[in-house]
Amino acid sequence: MTNFPLLSLITFLPILGMIVVLLLPKKQEIAIKSLTIVITALQVVLAIILLMNYNYSLGGINDIKSFQFIEKFRWIEITGFSWIGKIKIDYFLGVDGLSMPMVLLTAIVTFIAAISSWTIDKSIKGYFAMFLLLDTGMMGVFVALDFFLFYVFWELMLLPMYFLIGIWGGPRREYAAIKFFLYTLLGSVLILLVMIGLYFSSMETLADGSRVFTFNMLEMMNPANYTVGGILSPLNPNNLRFIAYLGLFIGFAIKIPMFPFHTWLPDAHVEAPTAISVILAGVLLKMGTYGILRISYPIFPEITKDLTWYIALFGMINIIYGAFCAMAQKDFKKLIAYSSVSHMGYVLLGMAALNTMGISGAILQMFNHGTITAMLFLIVGVIYDRAHIRDLDSFGGLGKQMPVYTGFVTVAFFAAIGLPGLSGFISEALVFLGGFGNDITRVLAVVSTLGILLGAGYMLWTLQRVFLGPLNEKWASLKDMDFREYAMLVPLSIIIIFLGIYPGPMLNLMNSSVNTMIEFIEKAQTFYQTLGTL
Amino acid sequence: MNFTSDLFLIYPEIVLTATLIVVVLFDLIFKRSQAWLPVLSLAGILAAFFLVVLQFGTNLPAFEYSTKNNLLSIDNLSTYFKGIILISSFFVVLFSIFSSEVKSCKDRHGEYYSLLIGMMIGMFFLVSSNDLILIYLSMELLSLSSYVLAGFVKNSIRNSEASLKYVIYGSVSSGIMLFGISLLYGLTGTTNLNEINTILRGASTIDITFILSIFMILAGFGFKISVVPFHFWTPDVYEGAPITITAYLSVASKAAGFAVLIRFIKAVFFSGISQGGYWNLLTYFDWQSVLVLISIVTMTLGNFSALWQDNLKRMLAYSSIAHAGYILLGVAVLSDQGITAVLIYFAIYMFMNLGAFLIVMLIANKIGSENIDDYKGLGYSIPFLGSVLAIFLVSLTGLPPTAGFIAKLYLFIALVDAKMIVVAIIALLNTVVSLYYYIRVLKNMYLVRDFSKPVHIELKPLSFITILLLVIPVLLFGVYFTPIVDFAKLSIQILGL
Repeated sequence: MTNFPLLSLITFLPILGMIVVLLLPKKQEIAIKSLTIVITALQVVLAIILLMNYNYSLGGINDIKSFQFIEKFRWIEITGFSWIGKIKIDYFLGVDGLSMPMVLLTAIVTFIAAISSWTIDKSIKGYFAMFLLLDTGMMGVFVALDFFLFYVFWELMLLPMYFLIGIWGGPRREYAAIKFFLYTLLGSVLILLVMIGLYFSSMETLADGSRVFTFNMLEMMNPANYTVGGILSPLNPNNLRFIAYLGLFIGFAIKIPMFPFHTWLPDAHVEAPTAISVILAGVLLKMGTYGILRISYPIFPEITKDLTWYIALFGMINIIYGAFCAMAQKDFKKLIAYSSVSHMGYVLLGMAALNTMGISGAILQMFNHGTITAMLFLIVGVIYDRAHIRDLDSFGGLGKQMPVYTGFVTVAFFAAIGLPGLSGFISEALVFLGGFGNDITRVLAVVSTLGILLGAGYMLWTLQRVFLGPLNEKWASLKDMDFREYAMLVPLSIIIIFLGIYPGPMLNLMNSSVNTMIEFIEKAQTFYQTLGTL
Repeated sequence: MNFTSDLFLIYPEIVLTATLIVVVLFDLIFKRSQAWLPVLSLAGILAAFFLVVLQFGTNLPAFEYSTKNNLLSIDNLSTYFKGIILISSFFVVLFSIFSSEVKSCKDRHGEYYSLLIGMMIGMFFLVSSNDLILIYLSMELLSLSSYVLAGFVKNSIRNSEASLKYVIYGSVSSGIMLFGISLLYGLTGTTNLNEINTILRGASTIDITFILSIFMILAGFGFKISVVPFHFWTPDVYEGAPITITAYLSVASKAAGFAVLIRFIKAVFFSGISQGGYWNLLTYFDWQSVLVLISIVTMTLGNFSALWQDNLKRMLAYSSIAHAGYILLGVAVLSDQGITAVLIYFAIYMFMNLGAFLIVMLIANKIGSENIDDYKGLGYSIPFLGSVLAIFLVSLTGLPPTAGFIAKLYLFIALVDAKMIVVAIIALLNTVVSLYYYIRVLKNMYLVRDFSKPVHIELKPLSFITILLLVIPVLLFGVYFTPIVDFAKLSIQILGL
């Protein structure tokens, strides 16, 4: 099993699907849709196989030996003169406790989104081809361990996402699509620049003893690999590590999206079709925080440590600002979009705490937010498919008309608020425990708890406006959920309830990686301090 | 000076000249069978290409009248650019077969192809000449042929306007350049680049006239590569000229201009090479500041002007100005790594830019317009051409996994290695701006679902193959770029340096 390229399979399976979709005739709509669902279901199966063969005791992060399902071979090798154009790029995939939850999340959310895409009715072939391409990009980001490869996957998502919002979206889709594209491209060019800077700042030692510049993330993390003159090397007294850290952070923060770079998100969400909103909120936002944990934290540990207060501050702003914005919304989907901004703030806050609780909470919150928000967007989709409006004030009393639906809504809403017994509670609690546990972030964490209150406020208020009270006669003909909607919402509810009651499996999954990361940052910190005194 | 023994070094040029004569004669004798003219031209190009390939690795001076005092330098740099010129000529001749603009000029195909070959000969001498007089002469040969070609479709007004503007701007800038050359000759007493270098090394003080002469010569080069402030002709000429010629000017003629600029800088100012491949240049002229300034202004102006264009051809003209800015940054690094980046950029730029022009031409053949608004819904009525155009435009933006990303990547690697971070950031922000106008075409093709005017384009096998020949490298080099980089690295060699 260990030699089988499982990660390549799970990453490139959608591309194969895309080729088949493109070869199928346009009229075969059912075949195209079913094929996409089968492909994404296979991805879930593969993710479960990965999970079953996963060794919980290995930490990963900076040590190649403790990564699992590694695939590594030379992809690009340019030799010749010693100083020009020399580049070695590895095709390097692997997972650890940080990426494994994300792989699971991507597989599940994409599968649900594929089911949700069944109602797409124009240019079906194009839609599903783009959908599958996007899938490969997302999965690739979470399994790539070579910065170059990571960047290629990162950028691979942009174009399909642009088209998915721009062609199949709502009335203002063109504006939303280009805004999304420009914002994220701005972020990625910053990442690109830092990537090139890092490339010139660390050298890996090859098997034959020669030293070459490297795009390998794990080698970049190793302080022993720094070159003397590299612009991002701490050995260079005039290094630009701080500026590079900010650039990289902004690049990722745009994706999260962190205040003040969040303005693309409400537009994109409101205009995107339901399935794409689900993917956007469920997976794409996680790439920002994943990137920070995977790249910024271990490669720039000393700066991370210096900036934790600021990261927590922006986390707090996200939580409270997002909640206030959500409270002011009249559009159901926009409300959920802003609640995403708020909930991603918890991830930032947890990350900033830099302790086991905080980082575990952050990763768990990434997973939980992925499933909860996916469910919330599906819920909006269900009502929008029937009523064709999303205006919160025009509903009322739907609880009587659609009792089962209201039941699912209640689960998702309470999970989003963080009610004990549902998954959101565990991760938020861990984030706060982590935040309180760190002297630097304590005050900010205390202030952030206000977010829970606000969250309960807008969620319950929405519940009241839409589902309680007298039934608006206009909606007396609405039908309750159908089979397809059950197929989407039931699995997500099960995950949310299961992880609410018994979060152990997920926490065990990430535990050793989280500890490895904290330990690594501590150790690296001492190294950089001694360097500073030289 | 032994004239005949060096002739073997210019076999490709001789073959092209012979092709030119054959084309002219064939046109005179067999007036009716004009369809054979492109075939003859292609045969000549292929023969020349074969000879150029054989020449790769040759590192010899041609027509020396004393040691290091040669007219032509046959080295890898010139051979590489000759390859670029021939490949793009090959494609442009193929384009000409499909072009309805060229077809509309019945009975004048002989002129068209002979002028095209005339441009090639001019560029061939330009990329390898090592003497200011020869640089000037070959540049004039190139320019004169292209003036006529830009106005080749006589019946259109904008065509004649393009040609006239081109002539006026061209003759002014070449006049300035000639004046610069004469000043430089007055100061140094020679027109040979290597000799000028020797004299400069021995000079104790440098006259202000020298700086002036360099700026004046730069005007001539700047005109060819269309950088600010010598770019004014570009949008009008590119918009007015037949698309085949626009495509040719934007790739081949620009390549030749860059080749001679690189050779001029390195041969005249070279004083040594330091570790890491950085050139130590004589300090009489601050090349780096001048080039960085020009390129930043060029790319910014090109990108921001392109935002407002509604005509796709004009937009691509501004985009090619912006690309000239990026490429010039590679030169501005003044290192072997920078030149490698330039060479990689050109090879990739050739495929993507020619490809974009080809699709625009095929669509214009059918709908008779290059207006972006007329592209509405085209992605649905002509899915193949639409998606291929999308690939070329994405590549021009520089997004992975297309080759355009690799071109930009190497450029930024060279910049970061040279610690020109601020410049790199400006260039990257420019890339973000450029996305907006490239994506605007895609927006019209795909996001606007306008089915009111269904367009149907039937592709002939030959045009289909041509498209594949252009799109496959763009995709392939995006994921596997080892060969192109290896080849570019070997090609930075300049004779005697």
